[in-house]
Amino acid sequence: MCEVGEDYREPAPAGPPPPRPSREQKCVKCKEGLPVVVIRAGDAFCRDCFKAFYVHKFRAVLGKNRLVFPGEKVGCGTASRRRPVPAASRTPGLGGGAGHVGGAVPPVVFLLPQVLLAWSGGPSSSSMLWQVLEGLSRDSAKRLRFVPGVVYADEGAACGQSPEDRAKTLAEAKLVLQTVGFPWHIVALEEVFSLPPSVLRCSAREPVGTEGAYKAAVDSFLQQRHALGEQSQPCPQHPQSQVGPPPANQTEALSRLFNSVKTLTAKEELLQTLRTHLILHVARTHGYSKVMTGDSCTRLAIKLMTSLALGRGAFLAWDTGFSDERHGDVVVVRPMREHTLKEVAFYNRLFAVPSVFTPAVDTKAPEKASIHRLMEAFILRLQAQFPSTVSTVYRTSEKLVKAPRDGCAAGTPGPRCLLCMCVLDVDTADSATAFGAQTFSQLPQTQPPVAQAEAPTVSSCCSGMGGARRCCRPEEEEEEEEEEDPRAHVTEQLCYGCRVNMKDLPSLDPLPPYILAEAQLRSPRAKAEQQIQEYLLEDHEDAARPGES
Amino acid sequence: MEHSGSRRRERKTPPRGSPGVVGPPCPRPQALQAEPPHGHLVGVIRGLTQSLLGVVVILPASAFSLSLDRPARVLLRRSRPLPPRQDPAMPAPQCASCHEARAALRRPRSGQALCATCFCTAFEAEVLHTVVAGRLLPPGAVVAVGASGGKDSTVLAHVLRELAPRLGISLHLVAVDEGIGGYRDAALAAVRRQAARWELPLTVVAYAELFGGWTMDAVARSTAGSGRSRSCCTFCGVLRRRALEEGARRVAATHVVTGHNADDMAETVLMNFLRGDAGRLARGGGLGSPGEGGALPRCRPLQLASQKEVVLYAHFRRLDYFSEECVYAPEAFRGHARELLKLLEAARPSAVLDLVHSAERLALAPAARPPPPGACSRCGALASRALCQACALLDGLNRGRPRLAIGKGRRGLDEEGPPGGRGSHSRPDPRLRSPSPASRDSSSPLGSDDVGVRGRL
Repeated sequence: MCEVGEDYREPAPAGPPPPRPSREQKCVKCKEGLPVVVIRAGDAFCRDCFKAFYVHKFRAVLGKNRLVFPGEKVGCGTASRRRPVPAASRTPGLGGGAGHVGGAVPPVVFLLPQVLLAWSGGPSSSSMLWQVLEGLSRDSAKRLRFVPGVVYADEGAACGQSPEDRAKTLAEAKLVLQTVGFPWHIVALEEVFSLPPSVLRCSAREPVGTEGAYKAAVDSFLQQRHALGEQSQPCPQHPQSQVGPPPANQTEALSRLFNSVKTLTAKEELLQTLRTHLILHVARTHGYSKVMTGDSCTRLAIKLMTSLALGRGAFLAWDTGFSDERHGDVVVVRPMREHTLKEVAFYNRLFAVPSVFTPAVDTKAPEKASIHRLMEAFILRLQAQFPSTVSTVYRTSEKLVKAPRDGCAAGTPGPRCLLCMCVLDVDTADSATAFGAQTFSQLPQTQPPVAQAEAPTVSSCCSGMGGARRCCRPEEEEEEEEEEDPRAHVTEQLCYGCRVNMKDLPSLDPLPPYILAEAQLRSPRAKAEQQIQEYLLEDHEDAARPGES
Repeated sequence: MEHSGSRRRERKTPPRGSPGVVGPPCPRPQALQAEPPHGHLVGVIRGLTQSLLGVVVILPASAFSLSLDRPARVLLRRSRPLPPRQDPAMPAPQCASCHEARAALRRPRSGQALCATCFCTAFEAEVLHTVVAGRLLPPGAVVAVGASGGKDSTVLAHVLRELAPRLGISLHLVAVDEGIGGYRDAALAAVRRQAARWELPLTVVAYAELFGGWTMDAVARSTAGSGRSRSCCTFCGVLRRRALEEGARRVAATHVVTGHNADDMAETVLMNFLRGDAGRLARGGGLGSPGEGGALPRCRPLQLASQKEVVLYAHFRRLDYFSEECVYAPEAFRGHARELLKLLEAARPSAVLDLVHSAERLALAPAARPPPPGACSRCGALASRALCQACALLDGLNRGRPRLAIGKGRRGLDEEGPPGGRGSHSRPDPRLRSPSPASRDSSSPLGSDDVGVRGRL
């Protein structure tokens, strides 16, 4: 492959190809054991070395990024149950008060962060679960320092599974969760219909500590543990298991929503969005500050290319980076991002990691059915031809930064997308862009020769979507006003990628109510009405008389 | 961009999949059969209703109109005539813009039905909008149009010529002769015909003249010996950029324009990610480069126009262009990106613009961006290292080691090891200016440039 930096200087070696690993060959690392697996080209590892390599990678990713570390909490006595106190508990290492015990001053207790593991049943997330399990059971010095919980989202209704299949899958999942032994939450996707609109709001979070803060926090934690003795931090109480299958009307509403989406691409995106909101809600309710997802290197490379094709180029760093803090108080972390799918598969096989197969929305779909499938097939095919494809894309993704566009004021971040909660990347003022080209070309040209001269002025007044469009298409109004309005005020709060997805939804009604409610809340009309609220009298039918209370 | 001749017929199958509106204005019973069966049923119902009510009922439920978004669907609905027509089976849609002529095509992006005149007008209006809104070509600019004889540069020249009075610019055609036998000669002949027809001054700049006798054929022979034929595209791209700049200077131009379209930009961003070229990703995405150092500002007015529309425009204006692929591009990496783009566009028609939008909004780490350029020690042009890329490449050729300046461990030629090789070829002309900072290797079929798109004209 013509990779940048590929060294062309010497001609391709004409000698015989390197010898395949034979039975007499030893593990490349320890040079003693018999190799059982070949990672990359020609690197044969024995079982123990492979396990060490795999586990080391996992811990290195967590350690390198220094996001998961003990936080300080000021409480009365030793907190028996860790309540979600976002304001006080996450600030690491401030004031350095390590261990006032008793007395009039409330004790400062260093508590381990709670991390929610998003488990889909698939191989990568199962492997992640296993790594966490093993990491927590080590001796004290090398133990992973957080308290885990597991969440499993049952998406059978979106995929069109029958209730019996769903029950069977759930039973298998429960078995695995009981083996693992962490506190677990099983949620059904239907619960999005009972989510509050606050899920879509970005809560303020503590500023991330610096390097010094991380070290200070860990040191203080260890000091405290040493001083107070080895107290096991009380686990959060075992949450109630799922009460039973969700109500039928919600299941039906969900199927209706997914059946109304026209393309598979939009379906997958919608499913991801709803799943993210659901997991976020679970994390917030139960006090988890971090969510870990099991995206592997291969999946992230595919996700990056897919996001490019969907118009989400501005948010690649959040979608595929190690940490994703756009939700504010809950941070999404991807510890498996350096493991390729091949390594995950080998590990799961060699060490018997249990996983549950669940069909997804695009199972058995043909290759050209959606952009996700296309990209996956393309990258995997290219990978077979040029083995460095995935790692190249991954390396490039590491160079992406979470920066606003050049030219944006560094102060106020601007409005956020309703669905994906990233800062909006649509600039209605600048029409010499792809977005401007789309809106411009949708304007009807009423008179051919005159339209040319008016084109620049027409575009400048119509460069916004939604309400502004009406001024240039007055003939639309009488027909379209009723139906345009609700869509327009939702669409203009979405980022470019989400807008393109919403185009595949013929009507916004089947969407869960929390989305529509939040859109209503944020719409400019609602804000304007809020301003005049104090001047409106009780009886709205009469003309409001300003100034009277 | 040059494709095989079959591309010309692409317009007959727009991505939305509805055939039948392009063709002679006569009753077209076969159009009904070509429609999906659902449409046929509705056509029958419509016929019945017509006979009962005497008015034409619109087809709201055909699979085609469902694939449009609401504004386009309304326009489509409006484009149907209200009074009954002679041909009840399939009334041809009217142009949505002038409502007079019969529609001759549907725009690929919006599905709007337009007649030929209105479409060409709309296309030109959009290019004008891009130029004006992006402030690309100020009034009084002398614009050098890179003309290769292919459809993109032909359409670009034609549109700019139409818009020139309004923009207040003057045009010169600059064609580059890379010395590829059997391919470039025919293309140049097309450019000459265009220049004669449009009465635009034409300047032809040849590699052989500028670069000491090195034509692309000679370069290919020289690089073929080392076993990898892909890198001759690297030479072509870098050298063409230099040649174009030189041609622009000869005609005293103030701006250089090239005919890259939206599909090219989309392919470029895909390709740069797959190759891991963070430097190009950081540079590309905008509408053009403002020109650093002594370089002329460059822009791409067709950047937001889709390739299909470029082909449609060329068809309706009956433009004469040359449409074959370069002979040296059998397995260039851009081919993978192009194939992927075609598939993506089939899955989602707006994929091309979505990719261009993504490219515009990429945020790369400052470390990934290329270093600020200095000056080449030999010809004085913009360069990131001691020697600019063109000088480095040419020196490598001259010494008989063509890969000297390509690849990871390339060295500046001043601190070179063995000086051997042939010294009989003359050095590159020191008067040549290079607009590009030394650019990394790229093996797109027609070369590369520093703003992250192919350097072809």
